[in-house]
Amino acid sequence: MSDHRQGYIRPLDLKNGRVEMAHGAGGRAMAQLIEALFIKHLANDYLAQGDDGALLESLTGQGRLVMATDCHVVSPLFFPGGDIGSLSVHGTINDVAVMGAKPLYLAAGFILEEGFPLGDLARIVESMAQAAKNAGVPMVTGDTKVVERGKGDGVFITTTGVGIVAPGDELSGRNAQAGDAILLSGTLGDHGMAIMAERESLGFESPIISDSAALHGLIAVMRDSGARLHVLRDPTRGGLATTLNEIARQSGVGMLLQESAIPVKPAVAAACEFLGFDPLYVANEGKLLAICPAADAPLLLAAMRAHPLGTDAAIIGEVQADPHAFVQMRTCLGGRRMVDWLSGEQLPRIC
Amino acid sequence: MKYISEFRDGDVAQRLSEAIHRETRPERAYHFMEFCGGHTHAISRYGLTDLLPSNVKMIHGPGCPVCVLPIGRVDQAIRLALEEEVILCTYGDCLRVPASNGLSLMKAKAQGGDIRMVYSSTDAVTLAQKNPDKHVVFFAIGFETTTPPTAVALKQAAMLGLKNFSVLCCHVLTPPAMTAILDAPEKIAIDGFVGPAHVSTIIGSRPYEIFADQYGKPVVIAGFEPLDVMQAIRMLIHQVNEGRSEVENEFTRAVDRDGNRKAQGIVAEVLELRDEFEWRGLGTLAHSALKIRDEFAEFDAEKRFDIAYVAVADHKACECGTILRGLKQPQECKLFGTVCTPENPIGSCMVSSEGACAAHFTYGRLKDV
Repeated sequence: MSDHRQGYIRPLDLKNGRVEMAHGAGGRAMAQLIEALFIKHLANDYLAQGDDGALLESLTGQGRLVMATDCHVVSPLFFPGGDIGSLSVHGTINDVAVMGAKPLYLAAGFILEEGFPLGDLARIVESMAQAAKNAGVPMVTGDTKVVERGKGDGVFITTTGVGIVAPGDELSGRNAQAGDAILLSGTLGDHGMAIMAERESLGFESPIISDSAALHGLIAVMRDSGARLHVLRDPTRGGLATTLNEIARQSGVGMLLQESAIPVKPAVAAACEFLGFDPLYVANEGKLLAICPAADAPLLLAAMRAHPLGTDAAIIGEVQADPHAFVQMRTCLGGRRMVDWLSGEQLPRIC
Repeated sequence: MKYISEFRDGDVAQRLSEAIHRETRPERAYHFMEFCGGHTHAISRYGLTDLLPSNVKMIHGPGCPVCVLPIGRVDQAIRLALEEEVILCTYGDCLRVPASNGLSLMKAKAQGGDIRMVYSSTDAVTLAQKNPDKHVVFFAIGFETTTPPTAVALKQAAMLGLKNFSVLCCHVLTPPAMTAILDAPEKIAIDGFVGPAHVSTIIGSRPYEIFADQYGKPVVIAGFEPLDVMQAIRMLIHQVNEGRSEVENEFTRAVDRDGNRKAQGIVAEVLELRDEFEWRGLGTLAHSALKIRDEFAEFDAEKRFDIAYVAVADHKACECGTILRGLKQPQECKLFGTVCTPENPIGSCMVSSEGACAAHFTYGRLKDV
């Protein structure tokens, strides 16, 4: 955590503190847990990169390796637009792809609870297989453990992905520069509100479908457009707001968003309004945030919009010089406010 | 989105802003208190102060339900969860309110307390029906808006003959809090109030007439959308300029003079005035809160369990009290943003997004640097 943030955060209480739901919510509490515990004890140069995956050395002389891992504890296991199986494939592929790499292999670890219906497990595995096949990334190894009834919650899946990045194509959250444009590939909050609507049995007139998708195809056409890319990130847990704050911190820059430019589906906006959520903080599983030089933004936007996963893409703001690394927004009313890290817990077990 | 996007229209906001600038007299200052946390949130969330002239100052009021909840009340709820081993359920914002011994309901949950968030009071009744072998307590907080649902839950529980359900009733009333602010020995300059939105749908506009008539303070009831707030501020400026003090209603789409008689009737049937109640920041106020009537005593958690109320002083350096009384701004508190953050709130105003400190930390602190 960079110096200017330290003052805002109290140290972890390792003597009396306990794990709270907020520690898994993707916001500031989780950032602190990772920083003060995992990074502190496991410190190495790769971990210090601070991205969604690690950029490793080349083993073959043909580009560097990228490795990423992701745990999935979503509840319910099946939701409109996907399930824990496809989600666990998409999530990890995306974490590899936003590093600039071509995803090559996947591995999966299953923690199953005694008593879980085998039919449901079959549906999950079939869905994983289909997602991996569609993405063209094989699942090459795995592990299975079973815990006693009551010690798990059906199925937890951890997936790990490996990819290779062509020389010069490496991306990192540390590369945002003042003057860059910020682009978003589509509407915010679809995944989170699909889960929420399912969980609360909210029958909205137009059902909300999760956007769960593998993004490496979209990223490939963005590459091919010739636009120079500085940062790619998929804004999952904690939403766009948290992802932008992570990048601002990593790059030591500020950002200014235009609220009126940020796409949100009317049904998602209505559900958020109804339940008191802010779409900026709701999880996405098939959206891409891209930061590129302003001059290249029109080219990149056109390439994104030409791809099925980027039809609603928009330029939503710009990167600014700011020693405080504040993410700000010009509101739809014309006022200016901060877009802070997610605080506390918005939706547990969203992915 | 119909009925919402109209009230967040940037072009209308610009025109309103220009009108307010035109109509404000440059030789004087205007100090208005927005009573409700909902208004505080709208002002911060939409950056409304950027649209107001510099001589129009907004003072955040105490109308944030979890902000005025004293430590002792949260302690009672925690004791129910940890010592009496009930299923304790409440609204989400309550979970992070700091209590004694560094605890909050969230931390008590991590220690093994069965504490659950519910979206409505009737969810709590359902929880009791589904868990017949456990006792379920609904920790009921909030102003007049959330009171009728609690009354309905109590009536439902009685009708169903539930033996495993009770309510820790901490509902408070708006007018006594406004009186307390105006009667406080440490006077603050208030030229008028932006009056409550949702509270007024229940109680109507009549209860504020005393503030206009006897205290000479204009009150404009306003909805929680940003244009509602701007329009109300403009109406207050008109009243001040014209030397009037009246209760006016900007939120005519939802509020009338009498309020929701049916809701008032249900509340009166189940709940009655407490002699006194301790508020965070405002101290102990007479006739400012509600308790469960004797006829429903079996559903009163304070009567069923041994959880006598013990008042607990706030953290010495915490300025929540002075902030809730409108005497200080969040950034004037020494703890603000250093020791006290939304992750580790010391005071209650840093908890809910409607709290003055949380709103300023989350949306406004860029203006402090």
